[in-house]
Amino acid sequence: MKRAAGLVALATLPLGVLTVFFVLPVVGMLGRGLWPDGSFDPAALYDVLSRPRVGRVIWFTVWTSTVATVVAVVLGLPAAYALHRLDFPLRGVVRSALLVPFVLPTVVVGVAFRQLLREGGPLGFLGIDGTPWAILAGLVFFNVAVVIRSVGAAWESLDRRPGEAAAALGATPRQVFTSITLPSLRPAIVSSASVVFLFCATAFGVVLTIGGVRYASVETEIYLLTTVLYDLPGAAALSIVQLLAVVALLAVSARVRRVPDPTVQRATPRPLRPRRSDAPQLIATGVLLALLAAPIAALVAESLRVEDRWSLGHYRNLATTGGDGVLVVPVTTALRNSLQTALDATWIALLLGLLVSVVLTRRSRSATERRVRSVLDGFFMLPLGVSAVTLGFGFLVTLGREPLDLRTWPLLVPVAQALVALPLVVRTLVPVLAGIDDRQRQAAASLGAGALRTAMTVDVPIVLRPVVAAAGFAFAVSLGEFGATSFLSRADHPTVPVVIFRLIGRPGEGNYGMALAASVVLAATTALVILAVERLRVPAMGSW
Amino acid sequence: MTSRRATRTTSSASPARAARTTVAAAALGALALAATSCSLVGGDDDTGQGGSGESDTVVLLTHNDFFLPDEVVAAFEEESGYQLDVRPTDGVGNLVNLVSEQAGKPSGDVVFGVDNTFASRVLGADALTSYAGDLPPGVATYALPGDDEGDLVPVDNGNVCVNVDDVWFAKQEIEPPVTLDDLTDPAYEGLFVVPSAASSSPGLAFLLSTIAEYGDEWPSYWEDLLANDTEIVAGWSEAYQSEFTQGGGDGDRPIVVSYDSSPAFTVDGEGGTTTSALLDTCYQQVEYAAALDGADNPDGAQALLDFMVGPDVQAALPESMYVFPVADDTELPSDWATFAARPSESYEVDPAEIEANREDWLIEWTDIISR
Repeated sequence: MKRAAGLVALATLPLGVLTVFFVLPVVGMLGRGLWPDGSFDPAALYDVLSRPRVGRVIWFTVWTSTVATVVAVVLGLPAAYALHRLDFPLRGVVRSALLVPFVLPTVVVGVAFRQLLREGGPLGFLGIDGTPWAILAGLVFFNVAVVIRSVGAAWESLDRRPGEAAAALGATPRQVFTSITLPSLRPAIVSSASVVFLFCATAFGVVLTIGGVRYASVETEIYLLTTVLYDLPGAAALSIVQLLAVVALLAVSARVRRVPDPTVQRATPRPLRPRRSDAPQLIATGVLLALLAAPIAALVAESLRVEDRWSLGHYRNLATTGGDGVLVVPVTTALRNSLQTALDATWIALLLGLLVSVVLTRRSRSATERRVRSVLDGFFMLPLGVSAVTLGFGFLVTLGREPLDLRTWPLLVPVAQALVALPLVVRTLVPVLAGIDDRQRQAAASLGAGALRTAMTVDVPIVLRPVVAAAGFAFAVSLGEFGATSFLSRADHPTVPVVIFRLIGRPGEGNYGMALAASVVLAATTALVILAVERLRVPAMGSW
Repeated sequence: MTSRRATRTTSSASPARAARTTVAAAALGALALAATSCSLVGGDDDTGQGGSGESDTVVLLTHNDFFLPDEVVAAFEEESGYQLDVRPTDGVGNLVNLVSEQAGKPSGDVVFGVDNTFASRVLGADALTSYAGDLPPGVATYALPGDDEGDLVPVDNGNVCVNVDDVWFAKQEIEPPVTLDDLTDPAYEGLFVVPSAASSSPGLAFLLSTIAEYGDEWPSYWEDLLANDTEIVAGWSEAYQSEFTQGGGDGDRPIVVSYDSSPAFTVDGEGGTTTSALLDTCYQQVEYAAALDGADNPDGAQALLDFMVGPDVQAALPESMYVFPVADDTELPSDWATFAARPSESYEVDPAEIEANREDWLIEWTDIISR
């Protein structure tokens, strides 16, 4: 009884925050759509869903997200192996650089993609400019890091001995991979794939900016219906489709990724020198990295060009308010705002994430308890699967005035960003916490340690570094977040992505150059933070 | 067994690794300190003490493009005695929807940024209350047709016009186009790029100018445009910065939909500008401000509206929001006065007609461009 009360107490804060900042806005929006005149009208819902255009939109979203997810997994696996299982120079730098796409504003990446892909561009020979393949390339660019990091972490902590035993018994490397390695990695692959699928299915900027406007996804359609056409019933119908799909996906992936006993696999063998047989994986990794680096390199090069000469001029301008004072504050101040916001978002995400993870990983004593836990697990993933417009506009109409006026609350933007980062934090901490054998706590307790002492000696030493790692994730997500921020940011307190958007939305070479330079600075800051985190050498972080 | 080994692996640390860990932690800590001035509560300042409800604050709901220099805001606060609390949101569409959604129970006192393509929606929602002040000379000419109560106060205006790269055309020795008709001429095949009407405000304005010119025949004009290899992209940034030859991103299309003010930003440093706006292709956009019905601070709303059409804001508009003032005799920055030529006439579509047909037009337009 006391135990249950304790868990409920731990769950209260995260549940409360999610209810106010996620459930309330989303339900508010759905309510406005489904009860337009105060009465529920299922016929209207059916009308919306039977429009031929809606069918096309859903089909396009499903197939692009599926293909992008498959491609991300196929390309990500060799890289996960090379970057987490092998030892070579600059491995840490490459690993931290992989998170850079996470924070780059889509509009900036879009420009870089166009420069590469257009006729006459360095990758123009591919002929994919303006086709759905360009959208797929964009989706993979933004998401492959999720696969590499999470599968890589699982691979890193995989016990080598079963594979070695199989090899000694005459299995070919291919047999070892398909019959030993792949099944052990299945949970990590499935859960990272499901996260990538969610990111792809709710991608907005990539589809619009890179794909041009011939293609519409569920997300762009919700935007069109909500913002331009003010057709809230239509938007609500699509949002419900989105939510149902997300719930189904989470349920399936929870089932597939379940491992009988997660405590078995925790070991971190030293990474190996690359051998000749690793050549295919290394080559595949090299090609992938080159493809990821191409748009970023184009961006960096362009940011160093001032009137067709190489110069640091755009970077020097970052301390100003731009040509003719386009900006409220110089980019340097915006960077300070961004770091400040990210710090707040990080501690909020960590606090909530830790509470959630503890609740999710305590051993369940009954089937009901286990079921409650898995429902909670899915609940905290939901923010990944809901349209930013629905959430952002829902925030404004439900939390913008009495009885709940949070619009000027200084923590509003950090809390919104923390919710976006929360699933990543939880997915980083849960496997580690679940890996602690409960018998250690029991042993500590039987030796006379109190609850606090037990936590300090058993849990904290193991969790400390994953917590720092999760902090890095949350920090990066917050630095790059634009969707929610653009709805809620304060005029006098713009973050770097907001400033970049403003700069690139103005004519004049100086503004454009500054937008690129600011993107590069944002990317570099992120990479440095992640690199510092990686230096902490967290084993097995980020298993999904 | 396994788990005990695992525990040891994770918690044991070699001295070298411990040292590295310390350095990294210190670096992170330093970064955090630098970042924050120790903010664990988000900010250092004092905006919006409790928001609405306090009559010494005026709450302005607006879009992300709103910006006024600090000294102009300070002048307002000093003259009126009210604090200005600016609450921007994402784009005109969402701003208009927010205001309509909260009709009668607004989350602010004044809205700024409603334009003539969206104004009917706000008027139809009964979200505004009429302005009681005297408009300075010239402002009334921009009043919205159909705004019989005088709710909407014109603040600024600008034209969405086709822009051309004069340098490119001079080099190719081709005459640049002049009218909308010209854009379907095979001589300009593959040279024109347009932002989408469905996701960008200048894109919608350009669609409206073709509707004003061709009436019910506009779909066939767009088919001709597409047959002439016109490119359609998501927004202004993609069109101008990425695709236009005078934009930042080495684009290869010398004709683009932009604004009549854009040529003032492509000054070549030798007394000229490298681009020009085609003045026969323009659609006028007017941005309005209005007091919100049911606001907590109607007096403050009135004071802010007076100030928006007053000389301080009007003079600051070109450089802060890239738009032209509406009050007569407002001095323009010299580049604007020299290089931003203005159309004597521009296309117009009745706001009520826009509101009635927007959905049909956009769906038909989307069908045409996705064929």
